[in-house]
Amino acid sequence: MAHIVSLREAIAKNVHDGDTLALEGFTHLIPFAAGHEVIRQQRRNLSLVRMTPDLIYDQMIGMGCAARLTFSWGGNPGAGSLYRFRDAIENDWPHPLQIEERSHADIASAYVAGAANLPFSVMRGYTGSDLPKYNERIRFITCPFTQERLAATPSIRPDVTVIHAQKADRQGNVLLWGILGVQKEAALAAQRVVVTVEEIVDDLRAPANACVLPEWLISAVSVVPGGAFPSYALGYYERDNRFYKAWNGIARDRDTFLAWMQRHVVQTSDFAEFRRTLKSGELQERHS
Amino acid sequence: MSAEAYSTSEMMTVAAARRLRDGATCFVGIGLPSTAANLARLTHAPRVSLIYESGTIGAKPSVLPLSIGDGELATTADTVVSTPEIFRYYLQGGRIDVGFLGAAQIDRFANINTTVIGPYRKPKTRLPGAGGAPEIAALAGEVLIIMQQTRRSLVQKLDFVTSAGFLDGGDARERAGLPGKGPVAVITDLCIFEPDPATRELMVASIHPGIERAAIEAATGWPVEYSSRVQATDPPNAQELSTLRELLLRTAAAHGSGAEN
Repeated sequence: MAHIVSLREAIAKNVHDGDTLALEGFTHLIPFAAGHEVIRQQRRNLSLVRMTPDLIYDQMIGMGCAARLTFSWGGNPGAGSLYRFRDAIENDWPHPLQIEERSHADIASAYVAGAANLPFSVMRGYTGSDLPKYNERIRFITCPFTQERLAATPSIRPDVTVIHAQKADRQGNVLLWGILGVQKEAALAAQRVVVTVEEIVDDLRAPANACVLPEWLISAVSVVPGGAFPSYALGYYERDNRFYKAWNGIARDRDTFLAWMQRHVVQTSDFAEFRRTLKSGELQERHS
Repeated sequence: MSAEAYSTSEMMTVAAARRLRDGATCFVGIGLPSTAANLARLTHAPRVSLIYESGTIGAKPSVLPLSIGDGELATTADTVVSTPEIFRYYLQGGRIDVGFLGAAQIDRFANINTTVIGPYRKPKTRLPGAGGAPEIAALAGEVLIIMQQTRRSLVQKLDFVTSAGFLDGGDARERAGLPGKGPVAVITDLCIFEPDPATRELMVASIHPGIERAAIEAATGWPVEYSSRVQATDPPNAQELSTLRELLLRTAAAHGSGAEN
């Protein structure tokens, strides 16, 4: 059932205006190439979900793709702020962004509940925090057995989940390893699943308990070597910390950001061309 | 040893590292907590199990991670589990002895704000948000907080309580049903605060060498109280300093720029 297609086709077929879209990957395996393709295809009015918006949602928010964001930690990991995310929340630029703010433990549990076909998640959380005062979807229930007070939050069930993984085989079975984040749960909670991979192999050679997503869960698989850059793929390439640091200088100013996105994402045809524009050294010369 | 020169930031990291006991399971925040926790592991606490919210358990990084999910954490860990597993089984399951956190702001009851400065709906400054902190602060056996001390970071009233310390003080934390003991120390670049056993208000328990009380008071947004047994913090020893400096040098070389901690 998994179709091995170009990323352009995978996004065109599976991501529509107004969708609830989750691009997951906890620092590791962030699907940057897929996010860029969503920007190129000018998707609008998306409800984005991601534990850590990271640079990829900074880009999508700044380019006007998002109407709504569910998240739990919105910084540039190890390098500072997400200026486009902040500009949207602080100044409604490029337009107002509705936010639903939760904690990591909650979003992780909410994907588990979504994957398990449950309407809500139960956890020990949020006691003493102001978050429930500003997010009416964080509520508290009483355990019917022990009478304990527990937090209940709606499960997360994206229309589309997109992840990046190390390998697929020719049938489209997908193998990922290293820091796994919530990718398996986010995939199982979604109606449609798009996966980009580093490579296609004849045999995954996966150990018995490895994290393999069977091909019949997946709507489309696309081969995009380096598709998690500037995040990383364990066993393939490391996180590009220089890029993460340089991003502050690119994203702080609206015009600089827009010009960079035009030059490197909108006006490039795919991720390989995006990478070639960076190799020209522009990033380093201008921003570090 | 001869008295060696060291910075207030090094004093803070060393003092924080000393609070982490050997053999503890410690849920570590990125940045200052990660620096201090790894210094502890490389000095007096070789059997500490450092757990990052990216799911890496028993991480032994030779260079400090820039992000919470660096490959170095995964490849040096005893095991790597998923995000739901680390939060649901390990943290919520009660397996974590110590939560080691940083903070943008705290109040005198060690409540933490990492969400907004100004009103939530129209913030003056939007901060990153909660991450894993609300549940770490609630569920870890005890909590250590490490942060630079200024009047803007130690404030009379928080604009937003992201993660609970002692709430309104006294037995408010217990009454709210929070299982962990809460913050047992706030380690800054000037001193160490500990909560008063009854009021739970932070009291200065130890003052770093060369720091005047007036400097602590000038950098605190509430009237400072001192413990009746206030101590002088031992300066960093030669081993602590050299281990910390080597760690930061290795880190700077690996990340291709100056160390941030």
